[in-house]
Parts: sequence; structure tokens; C-alpha cells
Amino acid sequence: MAAPANSPTRSDAAETVEDATGPGRFGRLRRWLPKSVLGRHALLALVGLVVLVLVLEATPPFANSQFATMSYYAIAAAGLTVLTGLNGQISLGHGALMAVGAYTTGLLLTPDGLPLVVVMVIAAVVTALVGVVVGAAASRLHGPYLAGATLAFAIAVPGLAIYFHDFLGGEQGMQITAPRPPAWFSDAVYFLSANETSGVKFLAYVGWVTALLVLLLLANLCSSRVGRVWRAVRDDEVAAELAGIKLGRVRVLAFTVSAACAGLAGAVLGVVVRLAAPSGFTIVLSIGLLTAVVVGGLGSLTGALLGSALLVFLPPAITDVGTSIGLDDVQAAQLAPLVYGAVLVLVMLLAPSGAVGIAKRLVPGFGRGRGLRGRSSRDHHSTRRS
Amino acid sequence: MTEPRPDPVPPPGAVRTAAPLFAVDGVEVRFGGLVALDDVSLAVAPGSVHGVIGPNGAGKTTLFNVCCGFVRPDAGTLSWHGEPVRDLRPHKLAGTGIARTLQGVGLFRGLTVTENVMIGADRHRRAGFGSALLALRRSDRDERALRDRALAALDELGAAHYADRLPGSLPYPVQKRVALARALVAEPEMLLLDEPASGLGEDEMAELGALIRTLTARMAVVLVEHHMDLVMSVCDRITVLDFGKVVADGPPDEVRDDPAVVDAYLGEEAVQ
Repeated sequence: MAAPANSPTRSDAAETVEDATGPGRFGRLRRWLPKSVLGRHALLALVGLVVLVLVLEATPPFANSQFATMSYYAIAAAGLTVLTGLNGQISLGHGALMAVGAYTTGLLLTPDGLPLVVVMVIAAVVTALVGVVVGAAASRLHGPYLAGATLAFAIAVPGLAIYFHDFLGGEQGMQITAPRPPAWFSDAVYFLSANETSGVKFLAYVGWVTALLVLLLLANLCSSRVGRVWRAVRDDEVAAELAGIKLGRVRVLAFTVSAACAGLAGAVLGVVVRLAAPSGFTIVLSIGLLTAVVVGGLGSLTGALLGSALLVFLPPAITDVGTSIGLDDVQAAQLAPLVYGAVLVLVMLLAPSGAVGIAKRLVPGFGRGRGLRGRSSRDHHSTRRS
Repeated sequence: MTEPRPDPVPPPGAVRTAAPLFAVDGVEVRFGGLVALDDVSLAVAPGSVHGVIGPNGAGKTTLFNVCCGFVRPDAGTLSWHGEPVRDLRPHKLAGTGIARTLQGVGLFRGLTVTENVMIGADRHRRAGFGSALLALRRSDRDERALRDRALAALDELGAAHYADRLPGSLPYPVQKRVALARALVAEPEMLLLDEPASGLGEDEMAELGALIRTLTARMAVVLVEHHMDLVMSVCDRITVLDFGKVVADGPPDEVRDDPAVVDAYLGEEAVQ
């Protein structure tokens, strides 16, 4: 544990030296970035949007649908990485929270009813309220007990859908009418790329615009006082409490924010899959999300993105490898979970800080200076030096 | 024995008659059948340094935990500015104007030194969740204000140089200074120091003693400490605990010559 804790410090020291001698590569880059937190994060989100348009317009429909899938994994993983990585609460119940979002969407989304945006917001709010309740219970629990409690939640919620089968569709699930792309949207896409808008592409846009918005808001929180307090509670409860922080309230807030993300992810999942069924929200989904955030790098939003990409693109890639080395279809399909588990174990053993942690070690300065963090302390130093 | 002090020492009588800032009256704590504190009283005068000493297991840390709301006393009262304090909880302490350092350093190991101290300054925050979520200017301004406070506190303790480091990479005495900065940045009226000199060398201890004396201009300091030199040189008043009871209470010179103290504490050290 000592090595990963020390490595960022070493890069800190390197950076200080770099500052004394003049701005380095990253320093020069940073000067062009906006000064305010919102400005910087909004710029990143804008870049993300441009990349999104380029990618979705350049890829075939099948890839579009894969990106649509990735979008809801990304939203949920981003919420979970904040909860687990920053606040230190483990949750095996995020699949169930996604179910709450998906079923809410299924119940509210009718062809001539509320607009999709409103339904998604309601889904997020409803799930956040569930998150308050679960979070209040969770805030008193730690480690394995918390994992157990959230696991019970993950198992119970799909059961509810079966119990109330008249209302929630039972085992078969609830059909969700996929929203049609509005005319202005099709026009805009045609104007940009001369492509026709397929339903899948529209959903991929919906998913990713939501994901970018969620990432923007979470990045704001992480680089603010709220994120700092979350990390403080994770690291030392007694010291945090003595600083006037109400542990329970902070934990419930983190859980609620995370649940709202899961609810939004569930809403996106609902419209992308066009179905909310108990079999879609098994414990496998919850564990998959946890795998994604651990492999990507706990507490890092970039890591959550990488992890969710892995969830979507790794299984087919492995299945392809399986068929090419001569396995039959069934064997090849079973190869993916195996590799999955192996990757998780290896990451835990060799690189507990995940993909982002590895990147940080290889590229000094990676992922730094995004928050207010590096910048103003540097300003402070320089003013005192002059 | 008495070293030159930056502040003139108020005469013992003055300390006794001044209205206490914080008082513990007749506190009793039992853990099952074990009596940890038995009818313990002490009064901390504003701007004074009050030492709590005693052999291991005398109940010093339990007394601190009572003062912080970690342990509920079975009997007795606490008062702050003459008002009785009911329902004292650790998270209310900072808002009340009391800061405490922990026996270990208790720094947040995933936060930089500056961020650690900014957590200590959290009671001065103005921006809420909404402005943080939307990264409004208000939130940026608030962050800058907290950071300036933190850097000023680090500067005062000569630790500003380590602002961007993680605590785990710093030598122990520096970590202790950061922990102290985190307590001071809250601008408390009373500072509880739990063994501040543990793990420090001679020079650092002298420096700490001088620092504690300068703090009295701004706050009262209560000190639990094993190092008798430090306690005798910085304290205005000392309460001696033994087996959960107060065996002596008074200015350092008086306490030093008290036979009960020699018997309970110094005697034990002399034997060792």
C-alpha cells in the first residue's frame, strides 16, 4: 500500500522543481485552460461532445448500439466510483438502483406523455430518494457488513418486480417505448454529417449527452469542498468528526448522489434496451459495475469511463479470440467471464490503483491540475517567491 | 526549571478567580465495574495553558474524550463560557470553538497537506452543495478563501513548504505540525492537545513549548502530556490524575512539591 501512496508525491516534488525552472509541457498547456473550475470542466465536456459526434457519425449502427450500452455503464460507474473511491462506501446494490431508474422510466414514458428529459429527471430523483433510505441504513455499516446489506438490496429489488407482476410486468418485464428522434435532431445530424438518424444513434446521443452532463457535475463535486469532505471521511472518521463534519450526513449525501447517477443510468438503460426486466438487474450487473470502477481506477472518473468501455468491448473481443483459437461458440462465450475474473484479480494484486493509477505512474503530470488544487497553491508559492 | 516565557505569567490567584472558559465538574465515568474517572473537576481559564498529567491509565485520555463528547459521563457536568453543555457531540465541537489534536496524528492520508488543513477550516465555509455541484463562482471563491486560511496556518507552523505533499511521505514531526495546523486553522477558543510532544526530539519540543505559549494570546490550551519538562515549563496550571481521581491541582511549582503527586507520578518515574 505504501508504494502507490508514495508515487503521486514523488511526481508532486518533480512538478515543484519543474515550476521553479519554468513551466513544463503540462504547465504551458495549463496556462491556456480557463481559470475557473466550471470553465475547465465545461471545456472538457465540450471536447467530449465533439469527440462523441465524430465517433457516432463515423461508426456503423452496431458500434452505435455498443456506445449506447457503454453510456449507461459509464453513468452508473461514475456514480459508483465517487461513492466507493472517494467516500469509501462499497455498494453491491447499484444494479438494483439502476432497476429503480429503469422501472420508473418504464412506468412514466408513454408515446404521448411526458418528454424523455422530464422522465429521466424524475427517474433520477426517485432513485435518489431510494438512495437516501438505503444510504441512511448504509451509513452505520462498514466494509463487509455494508457489502452484505447492499447485496441483500440488490437481490430483493428484482424480486419486487416479480411480486407486483400486474403492475411491473413480472418475469417478462415491462416494455418501454423507445422515444423517436425529434425532427430538429434529425435535421441537425443531417446538416452535420449528411447521415440519416437511426433510432439507435439517437439513443446513443441521449445516453452520452447524459453521461457527459453527469461527468461534468461529478467532476465539479470532486474538485470542490464536497469531494474533499467525502475523502476526509473515508480516510479518518474521528479526525473528520472533530473538524465538525457530520459523518452520517456526509455518507448519506454521497450515497444519494451515487444513487441519482444509478437512476439516470437505469433510465438510459431502459430506453436503450426497451425493456425493464428482473433478469437485467441481477447481482452480476452490480458486480460488473464494481469491477469496472476497480479496474479503471477507484475514485477516478476517467477510470470509470475506461472501466465501462471494458465492460462493453472486452467480452466480444475475448469471444472473437476464443473462436479464432478453435473453441466452439459456447466455450468462446464462457471465456469472457473467466478473463474478466482474472483481470479483476490481477488488477487487485498488481495495480490496486487501476488503469488510471498505472497511467499516472507512466506519465508524470497525468490527471493533475484539473481541480483548483495544483493551481492556486502554485500561485501562492509564486507570489511569495516574487 | 522555569524557562523564560514569551507572555508574563499571570499570578496563580488571578487564574483562580477569572471566570473559567471551560469547566468540568464532578465528572464520573464507569466502564462496567471499572471506574475510569471519579469526581473529576477542572477549570480552564481563558488564555491559559492547563496541563493534565498522571501515570498511565490514570484517565487522562478518558477525560479528553469526555471533553470531546466521545464518552458520555455517567455523572457530572461540563460548562462552556459558564453555560452548561448538554449533549456534547464530537462534530459539534468545532462549531463550539474547541479543537483537538489526536494522540496519533490522525491525518487524512489520501489528502494533500493543504487539503488536510482545509478540512480543519471547514467550519468557515460559506458555499453549499448546490454551488459545488454547479461549480458556481461562490464555490470557487469559498475554496480560495479556505485554501488561503490553510496556507496561512501552515506558514505559521513552518510547514507551508510541504503544502502539496501527502502526509504519509513526511517525517513524523512534520506530520504533527500539520495536525496542529489543522486544529489551529479552525480558530478555536480552546485547543485540546493530546500528547503533542510524543515522538519529538529535544529541540522540537522546546519549539513546541514556545509555540504553545504564543497561542495563549488567542486561545486557551489544555495539554495531556508525559514529558514533565514541557508540562512544567508551559503550563499555568496543572491537574494531576491518579486512578481516575484528581490528586492535585494548582500552579506547576505547587504541584511539583505536592507529596501526593510525587507519590503517584514522579515517584513512579524516579523508580524507573
